Amino acid sequence: MTTTTNKAWRTICNASDLVKDSGISALIADATGEDEQIAIFHIPNSEEKIYAVGNYDPIGQANVLYRGLVGCIDDEPVVSSPLYKQHYSLKTGRCLQEEQTISVYDIRIENEQVQLFY
Amino acid sequence: MNTDKQLLTKTNIVVVGNGMVGHHFVEEMAKNPNYQITVLSAESRLAYDRVHLSEYFGGKTADDLAMTTPEHYEELGVNFKTNAKVILIDKIVQYVTTENGETYHYDKLILATGSYPFVPPIPGKDQDHCLVYRTIDDLEDIANSAKVSKVGVVIGGGLLGLEAANAIKQLGLQTHVVEFAPQLMGVQIDGGGGRLLREKIEDLGVKVHTSKATNVIEKGDTSRYKLCFNDGSELETDLILFSAGIRPYDNLAREFELTLGERGGIVVNNQCQTSDENIYAIGECALWNNFIFGLVAPGYAMAKVVAKHIDGITGENGDIAEFTGADMSTKLKLMGVEVGSIGDAHGKTAGSLTYTYENQPEGVYKKIVVSADKKALLGAVLIGDTSEYDTLLQYMLNAIELPESPEGLILPMAADKPTLGVDALPESATICSCHNVTKGDIIASIDAGATTVGDVKSCTKAGSGCGGCAALVKSVADNEFEKRGVEVKKDICEHFAYSRREIFDIVSVEKIKTFDELLEKHGKGLGCEICKPVAGSVLASVWNDYILKKPHLSLQDTNDTYLGNMQKDGTYSVVPRIAGGEITPDKLIVLGEVANKYNLYTKITGGARVDLFGARVEQLPPIWKELVDAGFETGHAYGKSLRTVKSCVGSTWCRYGVQDSMSMAIDLENRYKGLRAPHKIKFGVSGCTRECAEAQGKDIGIIATDNGWNLYVAGNGGMKPRHADLFATDLDDETLVKYVDRILMFYVQTGDRLQRTSVWMDNLEGGLAYLQDVVMKDSLGITDVLETQMASIVGSYQCEWKTTIEDPEALKRFKPFVNSDKGDSNIQFVTEREQIRPARGQEKIEVTLIDTIENDTETADALAEEA
Ligand SMILES: Cc1cc2nc3c(=O)[nH]c(=O)nc-3n(C[C@H](O)[C@H](O)[C@H](O)COP(=O)(O)OP(=O)(O)OC[C@H]3O[C@@H](n4cnc5c(N)ncnc54)[C@H](O)[C@@H]3O)c2cc1C
Ligand code: FES
Repeated sequence: MTTTTNKAWRTICNASDLVKDSGISALIADATGEDEQIAIFHIPNSEEKIYAVGNYDPIGQANVLYRGLVGCIDDEPVVSSPLYKQHYSLKTGRCLQEEQTISVYDIRIENEQVQLFY
Repeated sequence: MNTDKQLLTKTNIVVVGNGMVGHHFVEEMAKNPNYQITVLSAESRLAYDRVHLSEYFGGKTADDLAMTTPEHYEELGVNFKTNAKVILIDKIVQYVTTENGETYHYDKLILATGSYPFVPPIPGKDQDHCLVYRTIDDLEDIANSAKVSKVGVVIGGGLLGLEAANAIKQLGLQTHVVEFAPQLMGVQIDGGGGRLLREKIEDLGVKVHTSKATNVIEKGDTSRYKLCFNDGSELETDLILFSAGIRPYDNLAREFELTLGERGGIVVNNQCQTSDENIYAIGECALWNNFIFGLVAPGYAMAKVVAKHIDGITGENGDIAEFTGADMSTKLKLMGVEVGSIGDAHGKTAGSLTYTYENQPEGVYKKIVVSADKKALLGAVLIGDTSEYDTLLQYMLNAIELPESPEGLILPMAADKPTLGVDALPESATICSCHNVTKGDIIASIDAGATTVGDVKSCTKAGSGCGGCAALVKSVADNEFEKRGVEVKKDICEHFAYSRREIFDIVSVEKIKTFDELLEKHGKGLGCEICKPVAGSVLASVWNDYILKKPHLSLQDTNDTYLGNMQKDGTYSVVPRIAGGEITPDKLIVLGEVANKYNLYTKITGGARVDLFGARVEQLPPIWKELVDAGFETGHAYGKSLRTVKSCVGSTWCRYGVQDSMSMAIDLENRYKGLRAPHKIKFGVSGCTRECAEAQGKDIGIIATDNGWNLYVAGNGGMKPRHADLFATDLDDETLVKYVDRILMFYVQTGDRLQRTSVWMDNLEGGLAYLQDVVMKDSLGITDVLETQMASIVGSYQCEWKTTIEDPEALKRFKPFVNSDKGDSNIQFVTEREQIRPARGQEKIEVTLIDTIENDTETADALAEEA
């Protein structure tokens, strides 16, 4: 595994690997070379259409967020943790019920490729 | 600590008799810790529900009828003794002595000795098989006698006599009722009503003999005995049941010189004190205003008055609590015939006028008695149809002025039938007379935070006595909710302004097949973790499409998506179906082999199957492939659907079993597996009344009888236990399945999100009787539809795991990362009792690179499975 790297848009998978209104997970190496799990959600009817956040649920303490249900609360796109059902904003990473935040990543679809900025 | 001081200052209260009223007094008094209560009961068991005594023959046990338990009394800090008949009262030194010679000091003594059945002094009355109907022991005697009898006679055609007649008829005896007066139920209803009641009861095969006095009971010619009447006629019978009225148990008062009424009964004042100010009498032994009240509600009112009086609590305006008499109106069903009696049923009030309506072909008789100025309702008799009972009773109790033409109240097709809106009732109106709950009390409970009818019932106890007031309680509460704009809000979430039931209707009526379509037409936003699974469950119930089909996929909770229960570390449990708990040794070996191979934590669940924990997402498909190949199917442990049918081996193996409960359990489990419902569903099937499968704590409970099956509904264990309601008795296999089909489908359609059958039943307007009408009498005309829907669901069942492992697209979801084949390094296990369990925080080691870890575990769900 490489050690420190510069941030850039990197391809994760094909757009066809996404599941509509649902999540998938990806494994990346962060700036220090550590493994990092990402949850990627594809919500075509929403403004941003695609979102990426950390996969680790700091409340349930497990890597499960990509398996949560997505939706919106007061127009804020959210994922609900499959463990204890707290909502995390997909835009800001903020937890709507408790003092917790998860990391948020820039993500885009370019030429049918899903790309993450890291 | 001042416990010593408290002990010293505690007032000793001794309660003689632990019937319904004595028990109610204990509950009221024990709320206050300053009193030490001792209960002395002559019966062998603590208080039970005498009002529903007859249900003992319908399959209820003594435990079911119990109103308290030794544990509960202990919790309340109440001392109690059963088999402790009191035989002596010393009013001066203030103690009582029991038959066993034990002595108890009292500061205040409560006589709640009730009454006993009066047996007329007919020669021959003391022989075997001459019985009465008052206690559980009596009922056991009757059941035993019925086994060796063919014909039974009830002497006495009053309310209790007819109830007793119904019981012996149900026990299979040829049944007669002998009444001294010219009509049945002379106390409660008039001649016209009595005539119709008699016709209806004779139609049911019970012979009624009125104006007959029995002179002697002799040895019979064809039966065990014969009754010889004063008119020279005779009646052959094997069993004789006396129900000729009750007499107060006032012997203690008589012997130890408390004032009695001329015809018995312990005389009490408005505080229920006897002639000795430290001795109170309540319930059926007390004579107030020269009257004995033979119903529970007045007894409960007396109990409350005494508890308040002892504690010196005065009323809001400074008055001392008083018993001021009670209304004796009754509504009941006798052998399926509805009978209602309100107030002055006989029109004895001077100047009163009556209106009568009789419909012979339909068997309906109604009469109202009004005041001379036609402004006030004084009384009523209703036979065959008591639907106007609640309204009429409220008119009378609250002295509400009658409409212009009072007859409209009982005429069937009166154009604008003046039904009394609950709004019109004053706050003082008694809604539940068993627990003396007024409209004001219900409103107060809502003020205090009750938000559902269920809350109101549990705060106020309304409806938990005879149950007759349930519909009225609900409409008063709903009316109040509506007024407050609390507008009984059933919206499931911010995206849909509908209840689950409404969504069910929308989906079926508009033939909606996807969530997107539903959201577009009836919702807003993107949906959420509440409405999506509801839609998923409804779509599955209505169309039974494979649950992981693309359009539904994103609706499912992770458990439904990955067809397993997610555990705290993100791994899943694997629970194959083991219908009825029956499994071949070969299959059991396969389970062991799979668990070994994938290193899964293995536990036997309370639902009689095997739970394998610690499967990582990516292991689920290979594990299930092996299981499916070996003939297993998914157990739906993750779904809001049928979990298990618990059963015993029944007549096949058990010495006591009377039906093949094992085959029944397996058939039922296979029939309903996969059905999607508002919440999980559990069944129990017991092969005899020993009830080894604990069926009465299940959503659907079935207990074998000599003649078929008794069906129970809406029981629950777990967090909020609820005893199931007896729904129907002695059903054959086919009828049983038909009823279960209808009940389940009706629940699937009308239940709210995450509402177990127990809560559903508690909130069902009209309760059990309503459900019985819908299912057995087709009162809504929907049983055909319910059966068709169920047939289609049963017919289109597929094992979700089998379908999944055959679908490469679906299998993609079980890959842990879209861009890597590594596993989740956060999932780690340690060994405990020779099996794995999830590592706790500090037990975990930092790992970055893992290809395939061995395996995993978890626990919380074995519990969920059992609850
Ligand atoms: C079959 C049946 C159906 C009924 N249906 C209805 C109905 O639908 N609605 C309604 O309102 N009412 C109904 N009733 C009447 C109702 O059950 C009574 O009003 C109620 O039980 C009276 O309660 P109680 O506590 O005063 O007396 P009980 O329940 O009779 O209890 C008195 C207890 O005191 C005990 N006792 C007596 N003497 C002594 C002593 N010396 N020492 C110690 N213990 C003693 C007795 O053994 C008994 O256990 C029905 C009754 C029966 C039998
Ligand atoms: S009136 Fe009997 S329970 Fe309410």
